[in-house]
Amino acid sequence: MTGAVRHLYVHLPFCAHRCGYCDFVTVVGRGGEHRSYVGALLAELELERSLLAAEVETVFVGGGTPTLTEAAELRRLLEALPSAGEVTVEANPETVTPEVARLLRESGVNRVSLGAQTFQAELLQVLERRAAPWDVRRAFYHLRDAGFDNISLDLIYGIPGQAAADLEADIDEALALGPEHLSCYELEAKPGTRFTHRHGEELVRQSDALEGYFERVVGKLTEAGYRWYETANFCLPAEREGGRDLRAHHNLAYWLGRDYLGVGIGAVSTVAGRRWQNTPRLPLYVASSGRGEPPPRDLEELSTDVRRRERVMLGLRLDEPLTLAGVSGVLDGDALTRLEALDLVIRDRGGPSGDALTLTPRGRLLGGGVTAELLA
Amino acid sequence: MTQDRIRNFSIIAHIDHGKSTLADRILEVTDTVSGRDMRAQVLDSMDLERERGITIKAQAVRVLWKGHQLNLIDTPGHVDFTYEVSRSLQACEGAVLVVDAAQGVEAQTVANALLAIENDLEVLPVVNKIDLPQADPDGSSAEIAELIGGEAGDVLRISAKTGLGVDAVLDAVVERIPAPVGDPQAPARALIFDSSYDQYRGVVAFVRVVDGSFKTAEALLAMAQGTRFEAEELGFFSPTMQATATLESGEVGYVITGLKDVSRLRVGDTLTSLGTPAAGPLPGYKDVKPMVFSGLFPTDSDAYPDLRDALERLKLNDAALIYEPETSQALGFGFRCGFLGLLHMEIVRERLEREFDLDLLVTAPNVAYRVVTIGGEELEVHNPSEMPDEIERVEEPYIRASVIVPKEYVGSVMELCTERRGSFDHMEYLSEQRVVLIYELPLAEVVVDFYDQLKSRTRGYASFDYDVIDFREGELVKLDVLIAGEPVDALSLIIHRDSAYGRGRALVDRLRAEIPRQMFDVPVQAAIGARVIARETIKAKRKDVLAKCYGGDITRKRKLLERQKAGKKRMKQVGAVEVPQEAFLAVLNLNEDSR
Repeated sequence: MTGAVRHLYVHLPFCAHRCGYCDFVTVVGRGGEHRSYVGALLAELELERSLLAAEVETVFVGGGTPTLTEAAELRRLLEALPSAGEVTVEANPETVTPEVARLLRESGVNRVSLGAQTFQAELLQVLERRAAPWDVRRAFYHLRDAGFDNISLDLIYGIPGQAAADLEADIDEALALGPEHLSCYELEAKPGTRFTHRHGEELVRQSDALEGYFERVVGKLTEAGYRWYETANFCLPAEREGGRDLRAHHNLAYWLGRDYLGVGIGAVSTVAGRRWQNTPRLPLYVASSGRGEPPPRDLEELSTDVRRRERVMLGLRLDEPLTLAGVSGVLDGDALTRLEALDLVIRDRGGPSGDALTLTPRGRLLGGGVTAELLA
Repeated sequence: MTQDRIRNFSIIAHIDHGKSTLADRILEVTDTVSGRDMRAQVLDSMDLERERGITIKAQAVRVLWKGHQLNLIDTPGHVDFTYEVSRSLQACEGAVLVVDAAQGVEAQTVANALLAIENDLEVLPVVNKIDLPQADPDGSSAEIAELIGGEAGDVLRISAKTGLGVDAVLDAVVERIPAPVGDPQAPARALIFDSSYDQYRGVVAFVRVVDGSFKTAEALLAMAQGTRFEAEELGFFSPTMQATATLESGEVGYVITGLKDVSRLRVGDTLTSLGTPAAGPLPGYKDVKPMVFSGLFPTDSDAYPDLRDALERLKLNDAALIYEPETSQALGFGFRCGFLGLLHMEIVRERLEREFDLDLLVTAPNVAYRVVTIGGEELEVHNPSEMPDEIERVEEPYIRASVIVPKEYVGSVMELCTERRGSFDHMEYLSEQRVVLIYELPLAEVVVDFYDQLKSRTRGYASFDYDVIDFREGELVKLDVLIAGEPVDALSLIIHRDSAYGRGRALVDRLRAEIPRQMFDVPVQAAIGARVIARETIKAKRKDVLAKCYGGDITRKRKLLERQKAGKKRMKQVGAVEVPQEAFLAVLNLNEDSR
């Protein structure tokens, strides 16, 4: 029996070091457990195989640092995954050797997301990244050499001590490499983290200056011809790339509200109105796999109302109109009128699939607030 | 007891000069209360009063001393309650004037002594706290003699704390204070000098019988108000309630009326027998009018019914408190309240917050204004939002203030009074060291932190008292605050034209700092009519996004948005602008902390 899920996420948590700002599920210093973990991953995948459609569209292997996983185990995993039109693996620059690049390519991976973050040596240190600026460029070249024609770079802005000129330089450096795709995130300093403890005051001092960084990122990248297709994501436009749609299709599935299966510790799945998250604890995960059981999970039932709200929240992150059919019940009509008057939202009446909403460029810069307003 | 064996007296003193301690000691010395039962300061019944060292509600206690009945009538200790003090004094033939040997004569000493003299009372001066190392009984006695006449040597010297000299005070009360001289055969007349409310027994009136006598169960009439009721119980305090069949001429006691509304029996009114009424009331009744007004709003709009109930209950015991519902666009539902003065306002506010556990937003206090419109219509305005647009003239209440300070602070006090539009009347030396300054000031200038300023500029040495004297025309304007073009009713002020610019600037600056940036530019303006006198712009936000959102983040991000939405619900809406309650609080506090 086959299911309908066309998007698969696989979590590889191992890291050489936990960066101060990171809030992903990661595991440091368990070098001997890669084999048992990959075994457990494949077992979970087997258990849930029936949820997957015959044709899987996207696979995303995220971390942690997937490329830190022992080569043999990484290869074993990748070769066991279903084939798909888009198979992405996340990589940290310092781990990308020519051998790793080739391994990925040979194992069916066709897209790599490279965590560059910044090209400034001091700022990499602030982020506690292990890579040096040169590592970023070198990793990129290794990937190109191995034949990758769809590479994404991650950049972080709003780093403590990052001047506007540093940000400009980062973007210029990134553009010089000519990646097909860019993700640009503002640094989130979570309260209570080691990072916030160390840098919180500096961030407060910087906050006025940082206010304009997002605009600057969007401005520079769109000027360079990239499509700002999601709040934090940019890609070369199809018309320039011979019709290739270079958006991150796996992530696009999240933003379009599609179902997805996630395997591995801490991984989240959403299937048919139910969302579950696996235990983030490696020993528990491996142990339940050993017993032939699914890992411990937190389960959340998504009501129709919640699903609609999420549709709006996620859909408004995209540059394409959000069709109102089906979600209008969760929208505050007065707020919509107000936001239209402020030129933050455009309501498109009678589009191809009925009424639809699009955020104006300024509306997208204020997307969080606009969404909070709109949701009744 | 026959009238010649009755003595009715009050103790009058500046705050903290030892009035309550002396009262306690009198109860002990006369064996009215045993030392063991002695709860410190029996006469102050409310915690709040004890903390502030003041007494709001008077009581009368009967003690026996060497074959005489002494009625000790307690008086409220503060400037806002001058009328009540004067009613209490009217029930007496004499007053013990207590002065702290270390502090000397203070503003309320003067005010109370003058009141006593005006009421033809025998004033019996006492210097208290002579046991203190810094006591200066000679200097204080000289100041008293200067104030009330007589010899410094006649001033009794006591320590209420240790009991030293208290029996001599009682002897002097018997010897020097005259006995009552009412007509025992005349139709009954009694002065209501205070009242209180008991939830089971209704209004309890404290009375001084002047003529005739009253009997339990008799039908009575309050002459000024025309209120009729039956005397359910007569009695006196000693110090607990002791019922008695009659209250005779010259005596002091209580009447339980069964009335359920304290406003039907006003202090100063005259009680008489409904069957054989007196020809006319005792002199001196006047209706007290509130002079200071302010809006009280619950910070949590759901607490409005609680605030209403709390005010109703306070009102039962406080006829001077008035209130009516007020709706503010910015602050929601609340009440506009009228108070006798600033202290009265503070007490009400504190009782609401402490006894009733309410969180309140209190608007800037204003005084009662008399407005004449261009059309010739006259009205009294208690709220800036009621101020008409077409104004011929505005009059505001003026006070005569007396400030007593050591002479080195005269300059500071004059400076403060001048800043507050005061005009100097005169100055007298109480002693070589201390001066009394008399100023006439607009009451409006005193209701906002005058007292704190006075204290801080004189290192706490100044004492202050005032009387409202009249209404005078002033160059008064209504200052409005606009957020994104919308006037914020709760922030409007009536203010002297000369202060309007500075205040408008301060309000606008504070609001700009407190209102979070919105999705659009928000102008904040202060205006007099159509003329904007200060303006700032809260620049629009430039970004507001959740940085990243993938499969694992969705639930958390959704909850974040829901919290953001819930946060907005706690905001007060002014037009399209969301203003956090803290911003209003900060602006309202501005009235208290910076002038």
